[in-house]
Amino acid sequence: MANSNTARTKAAEPAQTVSTMSVIAPAVGWLIPGLGHIIQRRWIRGVLLLISITTLFVLGLMMQGHIYKANGGDILDILGFIGDLGAGGMYIATLAMNAGQGAIAFAVADYGTKFMIVAGLLNFIAVADAYHIAIGKKR
Amino acid sequence: MTIQLTHFSAAFVFAFFASIVFGITHRDTVRDMVRYGLYCFALFLGGTLLAGWAMWLIRR
Repeated sequence: MANSNTARTKAAEPAQTVSTMSVIAPAVGWLIPGLGHIIQRRWIRGVLLLISITTLFVLGLMMQGHIYKANGGDILDILGFIGDLGAGGMYIATLAMNAGQGAIAFAVADYGTKFMIVAGLLNFIAVADAYHIAIGKKR
Repeated sequence: MTIQLTHFSAAFVFAFFASIVFGITHRDTVRDMVRYGLYCFALFLGGTLLAGWAMWLIRR
């Protein structure tokens, strides 16, 4: 009885198409925020995501925020690293430029750190959204 | 180049951009996106002001 119900439920679910776009859109969306939407012709959404996430990250850098690295130390550092990693290309570029060292002298530097983490986390949400558009779950 | 934001302007900028992303990613139609974005923005800023006043009361 339970097995037949499960089988019926599975049959009722719409088949999710794994297309090339469903792989490419999240990947480029992670690398450059909003690009996953732009390549799927969601121009306005993509540009708004690009502006919002990039501005938050850049403001965080300008506020002398600290960028976390994959050092595997303190649990809070690891969580910060996961958040920062979501910013994709901006995170890689920041590391390459050796920026985001953090400045204790600035009272708002901690805000900058949080701005960059949140920018990364918001980009994770944008990546998931680009994937949902690619598989047809969202228009 | 460095920038120094006040507490409120930092909260405002944060709320503004986070609300845009929330609106776009959490709703399907343009109308719902705008409404949800405005709702999130109001909650972000309202929560900040409430927390600020709560801390002011605690301090006294």
